[in-house]
Formats: sequence, structure tokens, C-alpha cells
Amino acid sequence: MNNNKIIEVTSLTKDFKELRAVNNLNLNVFEGDVFGFLGPNGAGKSTTIRMMLSLIKPDNGTINFFGKPLNKNRKDILKRVGAIVEKPDFYGYLSAYKNLEILGKISGKEIKKNRIMEVLELVGLDKRYKSKVKTFSHGMKQRLGLGQALLHDPDLIILDEPTTGLDPQGMKEIRDLILYLSKEKKKTILLSSHILYEVELVANRMIIINKGKTIVEGNVKDLLNTKKLKVSFELGDEEKTAALISQSGWKEKLELNKNNTFVFSLENEEIPQLNKYFVENGIAVSSVIPTRSLEDYFFKMLDEAA
Amino acid sequence: MISLIRIEMYKIFKKWRTYIGFIAIGVLVPIIHAAMYFEGSNTLDFMTQNIQESFVFVGNLMNGYLVSYLILTSLAVHIPFLITLVAGDLLAGEATAGTYRMLLTRPISRTQIVTAKFLTGIIYTNLLIFWLALMSLVIGIIIFGVGELLVISNQSIIIFEQSDIIWRFLFAYGFASLGMSVVSSLAFLFSSLVENAIGPIVTTMAVIIVFLILSAIQIDFFQTIKPYLFTNYIMSWRLIFEDPVDFNELTKAGFILIGHIAVFFSITLYLFNRKDILT
Repeated sequence: MNNNKIIEVTSLTKDFKELRAVNNLNLNVFEGDVFGFLGPNGAGKSTTIRMMLSLIKPDNGTINFFGKPLNKNRKDILKRVGAIVEKPDFYGYLSAYKNLEILGKISGKEIKKNRIMEVLELVGLDKRYKSKVKTFSHGMKQRLGLGQALLHDPDLIILDEPTTGLDPQGMKEIRDLILYLSKEKKKTILLSSHILYEVELVANRMIIINKGKTIVEGNVKDLLNTKKLKVSFELGDEEKTAALISQSGWKEKLELNKNNTFVFSLENEEIPQLNKYFVENGIAVSSVIPTRSLEDYFFKMLDEAA
Repeated sequence: MISLIRIEMYKIFKKWRTYIGFIAIGVLVPIIHAAMYFEGSNTLDFMTQNIQESFVFVGNLMNGYLVSYLILTSLAVHIPFLITLVAGDLLAGEATAGTYRMLLTRPISRTQIVTAKFLTGIIYTNLLIFWLALMSLVIGIIIFGVGELLVISNQSIIIFEQSDIIWRFLFAYGFASLGMSVVSSLAFLFSSLVENAIGPIVTTMAVIIVFLILSAIQIDFFQTIKPYLFTNYIMSWRLIFEDPVDFNELTKAGFILIGHIAVFFSITLYLFNRKDILT
């Protein structure tokens, strides 16, 4: 990250009749950021993104991209921005290739055939380039959405819930792609997601909003204590387990014991050690579930704001 | 702009609904031709029943020109419906499909998009009228041959010489295109207001039918408002088949229609540029 502001949102406000969807929102995304944009459903994330992309007109506030106001430099700015806004929809009666070709023609840059195929390959749709989009699954449309966002090689990529509807493998692929675009291609990325764990894995900076207002903004590492995780072990034979823990050094790390569920505060490398300890002492381990720190943080912030 | 229009043309001609108009005309006109071929003499007798005692008709009056003229007069309601199928879908179709989001986040202005789509609607309208001309006039002439054109209006019987007809048809089809472009513009305006193409189709047809009914009612009040209804001018191409042609009235009708197109387009542009895209 450096100090070049790629997105600067100041006092952004939008009302829909009686509802204030976005309330005096400020947001800064710097060059090289993977910026997590978090908030519960209805928090105003998509409305903010729509205003950033000039789909919705703000009632108040300013949006600057690359140091220029959006309302006066819309065309120049959008040439450098690729975006997915909520679920990507395409012309179902056209092929994946034709959809990208059409969008390429209005992207402000000359998009050659091999670039379209390159993007389709990047998102894993090169084998289906001739297929009509109406035959695509939701996941395939989502990947094609990512493809259209990358087509004109933008400097800034805005992704609104890009993994919605994808299976775990698909989600991982998108995550890997985001990291690749950030690290290898040096793109700045704004990632809105309701999957907090996903943001934690890829973002270096983040904002949490609720009811259109900023709850917190800053570096992910600074905001979270990412070193320790709360890990929930579901174990057999509660009495024997409790006795075993009380005799060991692990009792210092035990935070909660309810029925057969034991919650520990652990560092990452301690999780397999504790698991091994239980197995070696004849305790059946049914599940090990790490509770992500961002989720804790997220809900804590929302509670505090409420 | 040309590139955008080409994209829009490509998109509409990849949709099945675009061909409905061409297929409908392609089926309907030959049916009328067939009916006229077998029953045309009865129709001609019916048309001339009041004057047969006073005049003797010689030559080929049941010809391609007469058939084309009759087809043109009977399509005041049908053609608008076929036009709204496409024009009503131009903007609403993007909203229905959710593709506004993709289209409007590209570095092109909303004005460019609306203008390209509007012109696409006008091009489609003109192609449909051209297709109607081709089907009715060209095929009519092939089947029925040529001859004088008999036109009976309320006040008079006019028989146009063979050499005096073609330009009138070309002018009439051109004027019909202008009239239908108003319909296209109105459907396009309604298309910008909603997120489903059914609404603009139904609303445009409702406006046309209501205006036609109001124009037809012989009550002073309705006759007073008649000059303000655009439907009153859509059929002004009929003036071309009068002798002498009232070019002043025709020009006035033409400007009124062009004015309507400009107003409908301007309103669409104004509303669309201020529209929040929530789909």
C-alpha cells in the first residue's frame, strides 16, 4: 500500500424516501489495497458501490477516484475501473464470448479476441466460450462477471459479493484470483462481502458499516488480534475430558465448557497439538471449529454501535 | 455512436421477439393477397356499389396498387402493436435482465446509450415498414399486376393513372414510417419508466386505442381535442392519395409527428439521466 488515494468518499449520503441508506459515509482506499467492505445485509454496502459506479446519484457527499471527482470525470474514471455489482447478469441469449465482446467494445479500450479468450481462460470458462449464458450455472455467471470486470485490465476492481452462490472450491478460486490480482498484477481491489472469513484472508484494510454509517475503518492487522483464535472442540465423554484438561497445561487456555463443547483460546499452531493430545488420551474428537476473530470483531463492533 | 447502434441492432436481432413483426407481416399480407385473389372482385364491387350505375369501369382495377392501398389503411392498429414489442423492450429489457448494471458502469454516457437505443428502435420501425412495403406492394404487383388506382374517400372518387402512383406509395410508406416512429418513441418512453417490457407494450397500445376512439366519437368536445392527439396525424399519409395533394396539411402533420418524437425522446433522456439503477 502507498499513500495514493484511489477512492476517496466523503460525507456520502443517500435517502430512499424515509430510509437513509447511506449516512455521511467516509471511506478511503489506497493504491495496492485489498480493501474489505463489511456490513450486515442492508448496511448500505451495495448502495455505496452503486453510487461509486454512478448507477445511483448521491443526495450529498463527494466521490473521488484517482484524485478526480467522479461527477466531472465519469468516463475517464470508468475506463480504469472494473466492477461486479451484486449478482452479475448477462444477455442470456448470447454466448459468453459475445457478451464479453460487446462489453469490450464499450469499455473505452480496444479489446482484441485473444484478450477475451485470455480472460475466459483466467476465470475457467474458455471451454464454454461458445455456450449461451442462459445455460450457465450461477457460479459460472459469477466467474463470467469477474471476467467482464477484468476484461479491460482496470487499475481498480470493485467486487460486490463476488463469491455469492459459489461452492467452497469456487470461493477459494476467487480468493486466489483476488490475491493474484493484488500481488502479481498490483491491482487495487475493493471487496464487499458478507463472508467475513473471506475478507480476513485477503484484505489488508477494511471498513465495517452498519445502517449506512461507518463503524470502524483501518488496517485489518491493527483492528484484529489475529494471533489467537477461539477454537471450539466437540469431544466425547465430558467428565473424562474435563478431568484430563484440568490435569494438563491446556486448562489455562480453556475459556468455556458447555456439555461436550470445549472452547479454547489458541494460537494457530496449538490447534493440531491439542487435537493430538485428545486423540492420544482416548478422547473422541467429533469436530474442531475455529471461530474467526473477524467475526468476533464484527459482531462486537455492531453490538457497540447498537 | 455507430458502434453502439450496431451493438444494439445485433442485440435486438438476436431476440426472438424482433422477428414476430416480420413474421406477422410475412404471414398476414400473403393471406390478404390470397383473399383478394379469390374474393377481390366482390370487394371491388362492394367498394363501387354506389357508383356503378353512373360509371363504367374498364381495365385492371383489382391490381397490386389497390391491394397495397387497402393493406396500408387496415394496419393502423396492428403495426403499432408489432413495433411496441421491440421498442417497449429496448430499455425495460435491460432492467428485466439486470444488464443495466453492466452497461451503465462502462465509460459511455447514459445519453449515448439512450440515443443509440432510441435510434435502434427507429431503424427497426423503418425496417418493418419497408418489409410491409416489400410484401404488399412488390408481391401485390407480382400477383395482381399493375393498373390504375381507385381511391374512394368520403367526398370523391379518384382514379390515379398508373404513372402517377409509385411516388405516392413511396411517400405514403415514408410518412407511415414517421407515424410509426412516434409510436416507437412513445413505447421507448414508457420502457424507460418500468422494469418489464409488458408494461410499455400494453400502455402504448392503450394510449393509441383510446386516442383513436376519442378521435372517432362525433361529439364537439372530442372533435375539439382531436387536433391535439398524435394519432390524428399518423394516418395523414392518406392525404397523398388525394388530388390535388394538400402539401401544406401534409407538412403540418409531418412537423407535428416529428415534434412528438422529439418530445418523447427528450422526456426519456431527461428521466433516464436522473434514474437510479436499482435492478
